[in-house]
Amino acid sequence: MNNGNAYITSSCIIRRQTVVKNGATVFTAENAALPEFLRSLYDRYSGQYQKFHKMDLLSKLGWAATEILLQDMPMDGYRPEETGVILANKSSSLDTDERYYETVSDIASPALFVYTLPNIVIGEISIRHGFKGENAFFVSDTFDAGLISGYVTQLLNTGAINACICGWVEQYHEQYEAALFLVEKEARGMALPFDEKNMRQQKEV
Amino acid sequence: MEKLMADLKAQIIQQLNLQEVKPEDIGDDQPLFKEGLGLDSIDALELIVLLQQHHNIRVANPEDGPNIFYSVRTMAEYITEQKKNA
Repeated sequence: MNNGNAYITSSCIIRRQTVVKNGATVFTAENAALPEFLRSLYDRYSGQYQKFHKMDLLSKLGWAATEILLQDMPMDGYRPEETGVILANKSSSLDTDERYYETVSDIASPALFVYTLPNIVIGEISIRHGFKGENAFFVSDTFDAGLISGYVTQLLNTGAINACICGWVEQYHEQYEAALFLVEKEARGMALPFDEKNMRQQKEV
Repeated sequence: MEKLMADLKAQIIQQLNLQEVKPEDIGDDQPLFKEGLGLDSIDALELIVLLQQHHNIRVANPEDGPNIFYSVRTMAEYITEQKKNA
């Protein structure tokens, strides 16, 4: 589905220690374990955000991917309510659920407990950038580009939002993949028509 | 008291995962919340866990929390007092 008036204006794909921004590889850290890889992304693309270190790995991945996605794409032209965040993954927050469960036999960790929901990554992104628009987190076996594009298109067409960060943020142990897209009504940046096919193509780059 | 405060600073950094903070960055009398270290409500719960795990002290009355956890010095004073009364 392509409604003809929404565009993918930026994309960020992270997998196998590599970051691809708008189709071009921009960073690689060979053989880095996930925590070290995410820390290197933080050091390179952000810094000065103490709360990053408290996040679980899923939130760090989504948060770092958003930092890269929005690099050179200022969002200050939108009111907080105009930007939505719609994400999906396969493993929900299972990695953190397991870590939290391990603490329960001793003293349950409050800091881990707050990350035992997958949509917390949306909260971390929204706090960082001040987004207050529509948000949802779907859990499905595979990346359903049709669901995401249809849902986001509906939000854009009904005027609920005018911009959206959407895509896939998956992490379980050392397996991870983020594929985020900035979707806007006005063309800028890479300006690909926002549809299922282009989302899939960008994700598989 | 000085040794206890130094230990507490290291424990706070480790428990709250304050990776970019060094013990010397935390003043003895600096407020831990809001304008000081900027800790939040989840951190407050972690500080309660810290007292249990490292000092075997349970905070019986949650209303005492703001006074106990105001600064590293107030935490150290509370620990010292609790151990004296134990």
